[in-house]
Amino acid sequence: MLEVGGILSWIHEALSSACPEWLTLLIEYVLIGVGFLALYALIALILILLERKICAYYQCRLGPMRAGFWGLLQPLADMFKILMKEIIPLLKNDKFLFFTALFLVIMGSLCTFGALEFSKDLIGIDFNVGVFYVLAVSSLGVLGILLAGWSSNNKYTMIGAMRAGAQLVSYELSSGLSLLAIVILGGTMQLSGLIEAQSETWFLFQSPFTWIAMIIYLIAGHAETNRGPFDLPEAESELTAGYHIEYSGITFGLFYVGEYVNMFTIAGIGTMVFLGGWQPLHIPGADAFNEVMNMIPTWLWFFAKAFALVMLSLWVRWSFPRLRIDQLLHLEWKILMPISLLNMLLMALWVAYF
Amino acid sequence: MAEYLTSIDFAGLFTADNIVFFILSAVILVCGFMSVASTKLLRAATYLFFTLFAVAGLYLTLSYEFIAAVQLSVYAGGILVLLIFAIMLVKNLGTDTETISYANKTIAGLSALAGTVFAFITMSKFRFIPSEEANDAAAMVDMEMVGQTLMGTDKYQYLLAFEAVSILLLACIVGSIVIATKSKED
Repeated sequence: MLEVGGILSWIHEALSSACPEWLTLLIEYVLIGVGFLALYALIALILILLERKICAYYQCRLGPMRAGFWGLLQPLADMFKILMKEIIPLLKNDKFLFFTALFLVIMGSLCTFGALEFSKDLIGIDFNVGVFYVLAVSSLGVLGILLAGWSSNNKYTMIGAMRAGAQLVSYELSSGLSLLAIVILGGTMQLSGLIEAQSETWFLFQSPFTWIAMIIYLIAGHAETNRGPFDLPEAESELTAGYHIEYSGITFGLFYVGEYVNMFTIAGIGTMVFLGGWQPLHIPGADAFNEVMNMIPTWLWFFAKAFALVMLSLWVRWSFPRLRIDQLLHLEWKILMPISLLNMLLMALWVAYF
Repeated sequence: MAEYLTSIDFAGLFTADNIVFFILSAVILVCGFMSVASTKLLRAATYLFFTLFAVAGLYLTLSYEFIAAVQLSVYAGGILVLLIFAIMLVKNLGTDTETISYANKTIAGLSALAGTVFAFITMSKFRFIPSEEANDAAAMVDMEMVGQTLMGTDKYQYLLAFEAVSILLLACIVGSIVIATKSKED
């Protein structure tokens, strides 16, 4: 009813009646790419406003109130300000690596973002190795951060980059292991297959071990976005701003946007894997209730669930103090990883015997 | 060799698949050359990253999605991060490297040329033409089959090799901890 599938197939038919097949495909690929980039930027803008408002309420302030009603135009003002700022060139650094690093961070973030399935019809890529693909491309961003820290030729950026590297490489493990527990439960790695397996009830209600996996995934995913209480790579009181001190203007802005969209991507993958993706909330047996839930469009379900997880992440960010580096590594290697390994084993037993 | 060149249908080369292949190959060749030619070690590692990334793209055009993901996670996400870590931890290694002697350069150039000639002769002799059957077989590889093959004990299944590699890795981990731990007397 309110789905986008109709519009998409209408565009496809209109194009294929007017052009040969290869041109249709080319135009559609370009359109999909532009659509993803636009959504990427739009989500970053929404998240910037959300973060400023939520942060303000946690600190008993009002946040931005002047640009537009209730400060709604604030992210647009921020965007134009950062676009017009000067990009300050550094004197003694490797310019090529300095800008390549930025490109790599955005590339890793965009590749992961592309794997999200926004609704029943809005699916960018759907490999049969979906979960593995997500794990593989999300590890590309760390390269960019390491290169950014090194090529800025500054000891603070270097320390920030080393911390980021240690943090991302360690927390990837437990987030990957908790996703694998769900792969065992769903019996497939394909993201659309995993969502399909949740059409009766979400994975969260199919097994008690999903809860453990989800909590571990959310902690590890939060750590992978480099946000507080895991913001050691950019700890402003010790390292001024960590690995992106030397970036100015829009080059800094892209790091900022990448960080925000990573937060959304982590929430989106969590949604797809634990909360049923675009599947409405279904209770087995209660048919009338399920019918009412089916009336709500699937993209609304996805975004509602993903933003709920984003709110959780913001709540954590503004409530906890920053960890020390040894506490951070202790948390991962001695607590989260053993639990997630054990959880994977228990999940396999659950699938085998229930 | 001339016969091989005339046998190629040049007009038929410009299909969408082939254009993607040419772009990816150009990235692989240029970045591969740059990673060898660059005098700065960290730049060389970055060019190597682009090469590995484009190779993953080649696997994707063959619809070997599993291999592409393995390529990205093992080489680009794992080994290269390790490499860059090592370069960054060693002082000044990223900025200046030794210049290579003229004799070494000549030998390297000659061996590269020999490799190219060898590859060209092999191609013109054996005609690697993709068959429809091979393409269909490639598209059918799914994760379940990969898992069954890795963990199975039948013919053409690799449980023993898998376990042997895991023991080797465990030995490496223990060894690296032993080397990295400082004893209290030191």
